[in-house]
Amino acid sequence: MGFLICLKHIYPGYFLSVVVIRVLSFQSSVFAFRAKFRCLAHGIIWLSASISVISSYPISFEMKYTFWNFVPKNLFEQFRRIANFYFLIIFLVQLIIDTPTSPVTSGLPLLFVITVTAIKQGYEDWLRHKADNAINHCPVHFIQHGKLVRKQSQKLRVGDIVMVKENETFPCDLIFLSSSRGDGTCFVTTTGLDGESSQKTYYAVQDTKAFHNEQEIDALHATIECEQPQPDLYKPLGSENLLLRGATLKNTEKIFGVAIYTGMETKMALNYQSKSQKRSAVEKSMNVFLVVYLGILVSKAVINTVLKYAWQSDPFRDEPWYNQKTEPEKKRNLFLQAFTDFLAFMVLFNYIIPVSMYVTVEMQKFLGSYFLAWDEEMFDEGTGEGPLVNTSDLNEELGQIEYVFTDKTGTLTENNMEFVECCIEGHVYIPHVICNVSSLMSLTHGPQNREELFFRALCLCHTVQVKDDDSVDGLEKDEVPRKPCVYISSSPDEVALVEGIQRLGYTFLRLKENYMEILNRENNIEKFELLEVFSFDSVRRRMSVIVRSPTGDIFLFCKGADSSIFPRVKEGKIDQVRSRVQRNAVEGLRTLCVAYKKLSAEEYSDVQELLQGAKLALQERDKKLAEVYEQIETDFILLGATAVEDRLQEKAADTIEALQKAGIKVWVLTGDKMETAAATCYACKLFRRNTQILELTTKKIEEQSLHDVLFDLNKTVIRQNGSLTRDTFSGLSADTQDYGLIIDGAALSLIMKPRYDGSSGNYREIFLNICRNCTAVLCCRMAPLQKAQIVKLIKLSKERPITLAIGDGANDVSMILEAHVGIGVIGKEGRQAARNSDYAIPKFKHLKKMLLVHGHFYYIRISELVQYFFYKNVCFIFPQFLYQFFCGFSQQTLYDTAYLTLYNISFTSLPILLYSLMEQHVSPETLKREPSLDVAKNALLRWHAFVYWTFLGVFDAVVFFFGAYFLLNNTVVTSNGQIFGNWTFGTVVFTVLVFTVTFKLAIDTHYWTWINHFVIWGSLVFYIVFSLLWGGITWPFLNYQRMYYVFMQMLSSGPAWLGIILLITVSLLPDVLKKVLCRELWPTATERIQVNNLFHCEVRHFLYYKCLIT
Amino acid sequence: HSQSFTLTIDYTGTEPSSPCNKCLNVSWDSTPPCTCTINFTLEHAFESNVFMYYGLSNFYQNHRRYVKSRDDSQLNGDNSSLLNPSKECEPYRTNEDKPIAPCGAIANSMFNDTLELYRIDNDTRTPITLIKKGIAWWTDKNVKFRNPTGDGNNLTALFQGTTKPVNWPKPVYMLDSEPDNNGFINEDFIVWMRTAALPTFRKLYRLIERKNNFQPTLQAGKYSLDIAYNYPVHSFDGRKRMILSTISWMGGKNPFLGIAYITVGSICFFLGVVLLFIHHKYGNRNTSADIPN
Repeated sequence: MGFLICLKHIYPGYFLSVVVIRVLSFQSSVFAFRAKFRCLAHGIIWLSASISVISSYPISFEMKYTFWNFVPKNLFEQFRRIANFYFLIIFLVQLIIDTPTSPVTSGLPLLFVITVTAIKQGYEDWLRHKADNAINHCPVHFIQHGKLVRKQSQKLRVGDIVMVKENETFPCDLIFLSSSRGDGTCFVTTTGLDGESSQKTYYAVQDTKAFHNEQEIDALHATIECEQPQPDLYKPLGSENLLLRGATLKNTEKIFGVAIYTGMETKMALNYQSKSQKRSAVEKSMNVFLVVYLGILVSKAVINTVLKYAWQSDPFRDEPWYNQKTEPEKKRNLFLQAFTDFLAFMVLFNYIIPVSMYVTVEMQKFLGSYFLAWDEEMFDEGTGEGPLVNTSDLNEELGQIEYVFTDKTGTLTENNMEFVECCIEGHVYIPHVICNVSSLMSLTHGPQNREELFFRALCLCHTVQVKDDDSVDGLEKDEVPRKPCVYISSSPDEVALVEGIQRLGYTFLRLKENYMEILNRENNIEKFELLEVFSFDSVRRRMSVIVRSPTGDIFLFCKGADSSIFPRVKEGKIDQVRSRVQRNAVEGLRTLCVAYKKLSAEEYSDVQELLQGAKLALQERDKKLAEVYEQIETDFILLGATAVEDRLQEKAADTIEALQKAGIKVWVLTGDKMETAAATCYACKLFRRNTQILELTTKKIEEQSLHDVLFDLNKTVIRQNGSLTRDTFSGLSADTQDYGLIIDGAALSLIMKPRYDGSSGNYREIFLNICRNCTAVLCCRMAPLQKAQIVKLIKLSKERPITLAIGDGANDVSMILEAHVGIGVIGKEGRQAARNSDYAIPKFKHLKKMLLVHGHFYYIRISELVQYFFYKNVCFIFPQFLYQFFCGFSQQTLYDTAYLTLYNISFTSLPILLYSLMEQHVSPETLKREPSLDVAKNALLRWHAFVYWTFLGVFDAVVFFFGAYFLLNNTVVTSNGQIFGNWTFGTVVFTVLVFTVTFKLAIDTHYWTWINHFVIWGSLVFYIVFSLLWGGITWPFLNYQRMYYVFMQMLSSGPAWLGIILLITVSLLPDVLKKVLCRELWPTATERIQVNNLFHCEVRHFLYYKCLIT
Repeated sequence: HSQSFTLTIDYTGTEPSSPCNKCLNVSWDSTPPCTCTINFTLEHAFESNVFMYYGLSNFYQNHRRYVKSRDDSQLNGDNSSLLNPSKECEPYRTNEDKPIAPCGAIANSMFNDTLELYRIDNDTRTPITLIKKGIAWWTDKNVKFRNPTGDGNNLTALFQGTTKPVNWPKPVYMLDSEPDNNGFINEDFIVWMRTAALPTFRKLYRLIERKNNFQPTLQAGKYSLDIAYNYPVHSFDGRKRMILSTISWMGGKNPFLGIAYITVGSICFFLGVVLLFIHHKYGNRNTSADIPN
């Protein structure tokens, strides 16, 4: 036990919390305490990793609850939600003071909601428990006192030394100390972390890689200094000796590592919770409506309280002889009494904000998301994958999208790379499917030396691995058969290049003990010693290797984007290569340039020194490394360029066309160079032949100032805009000019750069204005962060449009997280994007159905759900409000307790849930053909819609109440002369209410399935059956029998029937009238389509019958 | 003959000319009761069965404090509730430490005017038979309301240990002489206990049955209404009425439904015509414009 992990507090603010943690951790382990003193006596070994803070509780708990704290903790969590808290308060008020309704009426629904949520969360947590127990109890090999001990992984403590065998998963984040492989490396796959199947090489810490057995390891004393925890998994960690939990050891017998970071603080665990909460526009308007209704509720209660005391000012009203108060009531303070009355009114009207709406919305979203996941049309046969729904909170947002930001590679294109050609010193080599090497050789008589170097460069400068079987190892020095190897890499470009080069005669065999073996044209194996790898990153846009050739020469090969290579080249046929690269780019090919430089032994040792210095840096290590790379990667000799084709995804053009037709602006954001990206944009019809391209690129800005370019472009589009407004009514005619904008990363950062003269906002505004007037925008040369920046810029522009970002790679994650809706394409570059997205789809083409059909439906459904819920509760509660004027403001309820309780949870709950799951106001085919615009900008939840629904509710409530009033006031409605009481009055109102709101939904339903019929008519039947039962017997557990036979008596009365039918008709009339009138006079696009479909249907029928007759 | 007739006589006595004016400020326990007689004339004969109601105005039977002031299990004959009534009955739960049966404000304020009807024919007053059974819901009389059970059928013994509601002159077991209309199952009591929905209401008081097919139930002519005026309403600005009504299968006279149906029907017809017109004028344009082929 020799490790002490102490913390280097990088940010002063963290210091305090850090100290606390240290105390805890030392208390928890006596060994660690001792180690502290030993450590002071020994020298310190610096481990060159930037690692996270120590953790005191290393158990890998990922669940929220234990068996004991589940109930209190879950309740606490649930009541933190405003709505639940509100209902709890109402419930408590009912318990404490004398209120008109029993606590059951709000307690039962609340209990139901809380229970359902608790069961759901409990179940999820139980699953986590199960998974965790599996992890916590899985055996781990520890080193203790020089011996190997097997323990459960939950016993793991920070500082323990762990041994991991081949094919085992790392139990925590480890610093890689030593390996059974002689060179101190190990291979790891991170499939469990990010889905990348390629093997990555990790390196043991230099100072410890010699420790090979338990005793040696145990004798080690060292201090590790750590950085603050960061969940960033995808940013290259810069640490090739940090092994992450969740990754699996491959092709290595065993390794030793020290646990620096366990349980909840591992990178894997931190990444689980990193999802930010996104809220949809519908949810936001729902909350606004909620506040409005809360205002209505409070004002209703205030009005009634005030009126009550005004009315009661006459003592004979307050306390007539027949209705005396009790002694305590008489003595009560007036203000206290008034406050109690206010609360009682609040309780009486509290149903206007229904508990069940939240449950229904949750269920609708949860169940509704299955319709997406089950869609067979969105299932991809090729990969065997369907859409994934990572969050169901944003379903309806899919129908609201105004901007789509799409990645190019892997999203619009297949990311199925095919090596097309290479150009060496201006000579073009095209590997055909069967490549005749000798003919190729004879064809070109270029400088032999450069050509060979070029091929070797491509063979060596990559991070591709060979998927090797053990048999390959067994062959050892035997002649390796010339069979095509299977290559794995995180970058498909590299695989395409290595495979392409194989067809040109050079095969990369394997990387063995730091030697790269390649098979040349003469079938000889050449071994190059791999000295350094400068891995690829999206800022440098290039990668390099330093190798020592068999002859002892040291080469640096570099491969990268033309823009990052050309400035660093000092000789070579730059012009020829550049023209070829440009030609290829225009054709939509992905080009890379290859260059090299020879290093002398001295130069190499300088390089080594620089690198070592940067690698050991504790702060800003990445930045320092980048600086070093910048310094080393200069003075290249250009070898040539490669071209790789990336084919368009099927139906990409069709999808973009459909999205544009639906009024969605499509932007392509790519890291590719402008020519390639523009070619793709033309191919997928983002730009058309007649689109006028506006360029806002570095080249343009170099010619003119940014200011001038922006103003020129702005002038162009505004002129266009002016002409557009003139013929707005004629719609988008063919002669209006389409604009497409191309902007590159450098220009963007100029625009975005905050300027100190205060005019920064100005540039952004102009830029946004240009963008607004362009049908399509292409942003090329984008760094991942810039992609997110663009999304944010649009998202926060003054119209607040709803944005969607779609991409497949790690570089799209930031924009996926930034946009309102993030969609991952389940692609080849691992699953990072899919994992971080809100939804994942197999192909880009599925976006069309997802947005135009599913999103549209989701939106229609949820907006109706929200409006209808408020409507039916206005209908429900407003009669109670009116009744107060006739019962002396005494908070007497109109309906029986059972009706109050069950109205929202059984009589009217299922039809709207079913509607909100099934409704299709037009067929999906029609939506795909004619993407309708009716729902854009949250149209169905705007104020006018909200006011309409509310007024409809108030109107209906007035009809219910006064209808029943005139029907039953001081009259006899039975044939035996007997009289009905107040409960019959309430039951008449309630019956009309249930039937009206259910019929209203039936009128709104366009898509009838048997289940809709079942649920709608079933609800009404259930209401009748329940009422018969409820009034049918005297219930022994009730202390009142007020509903006894009330419903039956009502049914036995003819006028009650006639009245109920009349009132239902009158209540539905205005809505029907409004629907018919609007349809005839001002039909929306949707309605026109509906009518057309109907008309076509009729014509078809007519023709069909005509055929039958003749 | 399905036409419904209704005759209403207000006998509150607020007007000085009214015969009942002398009783206006009557109190609960005035003995002997103040009586008054109101003469009236029937213009039409009431052919079929006649229903006699009393009506109260400005009486809030639907006040929450009032509505809940009852104990249904006591009224259902539950012996423990009889002696220990529900808290809801406060302040009409106990009197002088004895439980009140029936407890609560509703029972306490039971209507206790006595109305009698005489036909005046050549100065002779013929009493008209008023039937007091069949005025309450059958289920109330037979299921919901029950007298306490025990040894024997002597109601006085069964209500032993309870006291009468404060305002009542007699205990509950002396409401009627007939055993099947006495105690909690007294129909006048049951009718009163069904609280009205609105502050102006009427309750069924008596039935007048048609005797034979040759004579109307009530002939046209002079009648007098004798009132034992016990129930004070003046203190809360209330009014009292006596209503005679015949009833068809549709119940009593109620113009609302007829008017409402005619109005809604006309509106629907009118709208139908307007919409048809609009559809012809605008509808074709909309559909034909967009149809391909």
